[in-house]
Amino acid sequence: MKTNPRGVLVGTHFLDGDHAAAEGALAAGADFSAGYPITPSTEIVERLAQRFPRTGGTFIQMEDELAASIAIQGAVWGGAKAVTVTSGPGFSLMMEHLGYGIMTETPFVLIDVQRGGPSTGLPTLPAQSDMMQARWGSHGDYEIIALAPSSPQECFDLTIRAFNLSEKYRTPVLVMMDECVGHMLERVDIPPADQIEIEPRRMTKIAPGGEYWPYSLEESDNGSLVPPMTKVGLGHFPHVTGLTHDERGYPAMNAAAQTKLVERLIAKIRDHKDDIITLEEVGVDSADIIVVSYGITARVCHPAIDRARREGHKIGFLRLITVWPFAGKRIAELASRVKGFVVPEMNMGQMVREVERAVAGKAPVVSVTNAGGEVHDPEVIYRAIIEVAK
Amino acid sequence: MSDMTELEATLEGSESPVACAVGADEHPIGSWLRQERMPHIWCPGCGIGTTVNCFTRAVDDLGIPREDIAVVSGIGCTGRVAGYLKLDTFHTTHGRAIPFATGLKLAHPRTKVVVYSGDGDLFAIGGNHFIHAARRNVDLTILCVNNFNYGMTGGQMAPTTPESSIVSTAPFGSVEKPFNLPYLAQSCGAVYVARWTVYHVRQLANSIKRAMSKPGLTFVEMLAPCPTLFGRRNRLGDGLAMVEQYRERSVVKNGADTREVDLNMEGPIVCGNFVDIERPSYIQAQAAQMKRVLGDRYVMPDAWREVMG
Repeated sequence: MKTNPRGVLVGTHFLDGDHAAAEGALAAGADFSAGYPITPSTEIVERLAQRFPRTGGTFIQMEDELAASIAIQGAVWGGAKAVTVTSGPGFSLMMEHLGYGIMTETPFVLIDVQRGGPSTGLPTLPAQSDMMQARWGSHGDYEIIALAPSSPQECFDLTIRAFNLSEKYRTPVLVMMDECVGHMLERVDIPPADQIEIEPRRMTKIAPGGEYWPYSLEESDNGSLVPPMTKVGLGHFPHVTGLTHDERGYPAMNAAAQTKLVERLIAKIRDHKDDIITLEEVGVDSADIIVVSYGITARVCHPAIDRARREGHKIGFLRLITVWPFAGKRIAELASRVKGFVVPEMNMGQMVREVERAVAGKAPVVSVTNAGGEVHDPEVIYRAIIEVAK
Repeated sequence: MSDMTELEATLEGSESPVACAVGADEHPIGSWLRQERMPHIWCPGCGIGTTVNCFTRAVDDLGIPREDIAVVSGIGCTGRVAGYLKLDTFHTTHGRAIPFATGLKLAHPRTKVVVYSGDGDLFAIGGNHFIHAARRNVDLTILCVNNFNYGMTGGQMAPTTPESSIVSTAPFGSVEKPFNLPYLAQSCGAVYVARWTVYHVRQLANSIKRAMSKPGLTFVEMLAPCPTLFGRRNRLGDGLAMVEQYRERSVVKNGADTREVDLNMEGPIVCGNFVDIERPSYIQAQAAQMKRVLGDRYVMPDAWREVMG
């Protein structure tokens, strides 16, 4: 399905990643946002507050991030496509409702423009230190989908993709930006609406007033494990709860119901990793050493990789565009035929743990850490590459 | 019955209580309930069920189509109300019913959105959301069952626990000043504020009807016995005895100054319809402002157009 042209600002623009992400949400057909200001993400909600009144959408500034992250879910059950935006401290507060969205299978997009932490940390300076929080931050067992743009253009493109994945899998999707990507200005091309593919919300076909069970798979395609949605006002009378529930949505406090529900919530994503995971690979198949990175740090790797290549080293580059679910299968395939991996990231070693798990000791994995505040010096990445090459 | 008549007489313009025409073997509010979920979890003598009775009779009497009412609850004993009603119902996280309801209302304003939750949920963990929703005057009806403690978790102190009363986390008596909820609601901007006990079933049903008929944020406090925990620890007797105390201690003062309706363990329980004013709701104010500033460039959300014209 093509998107509605109403929110599509067709043309070539000079935008920072925050503004580009806002345009991505509009182009995806978002018509609701609730937000709470926090550096360095605020420009996204400011732009939505500017643009929505002219595209038929609604923005409301809430009293805190707890409120913002649940107001959007109320809006989704009212039929909206919704997004909220935050950074570290607010991301921590939103963990409660990330879990609610996963449990109730409420599709929405949550954008985290990462800054240095812990706690208030570095409000205006970058980090990539929420990557594990993105994966495990809310209590309980679940799978999550998270994308990591490395340019303003990708902030636009991946925000649309985040909406599409959230609808397809009926689950919250995270866009893990960072302050650099959020605030760097670059060319952003916004295509016309008839070139933007949108995953429509799959609504139940049960007639208004008919007996609808919000978590029944009866109407689902074979194997999708994703039940169709409804919204208020149609006479379907869904009951939605964060408690463990049965197919009718009714609380079911027992191990059998828990197992059935949690296993399905996990499987609906885990079984479709091939559809969800996107990677950028350059020279990987002939490489001796593979640099694995994501977001802004992936771009900082290039001078180091170029220099090592000029010196005759065979360096592959693998960029995680989808960070969660993790591309463990691909890393494992590569592990048996390379000399090693170098994993630069703007944190003290988060995604590198996943790389190590996939590599499973078949090759050395070197973590190139950075506590945040400024991007890596490419020299540091270069030295790590050379160390592995020895 | 003479007391009832006296109380009723104080209700200006109060209509006869709602009657539902049903067969002899049918529960009068049965059609509003997810009957397959019975029995409910509430204790014998608990007042929450009585408030549900009043609520369903009110909506029945209002004649709002069933598909145009949504109920949003938080967590706790009253948080379970949503799950028993055959409506669009949402059982959210602890304290967050109001912001969920805010998003729901703004996205689908045709729906009458009712927040139905307890005193601990709405005013401790959710207190910040209440004051801001009232300030914004979002179109929500907030029904608060106040049973003076946290029932679901075993009777701990709530922001409504009366001074000197015994709860499990203040076993020697609370020294904290409780919220005066009608005063709080009024001072934050609610356009309708009332308080009744579950003794006052007819007045309560009428208040809910009035609250649901007004745009903006409307608030009804519903005092309800929790005999299992608050009643037992404070030697107030069983549910019936606690309702009897409501009858004895209640004083109906419609239009009372909400600064003077504090609750304690001994004095009068002032009930009534305290506040009933007009001010533009959030949606009305927002749409008017956008039209004024943006003129023809304003694209009103389709769902708003449906109710605003």
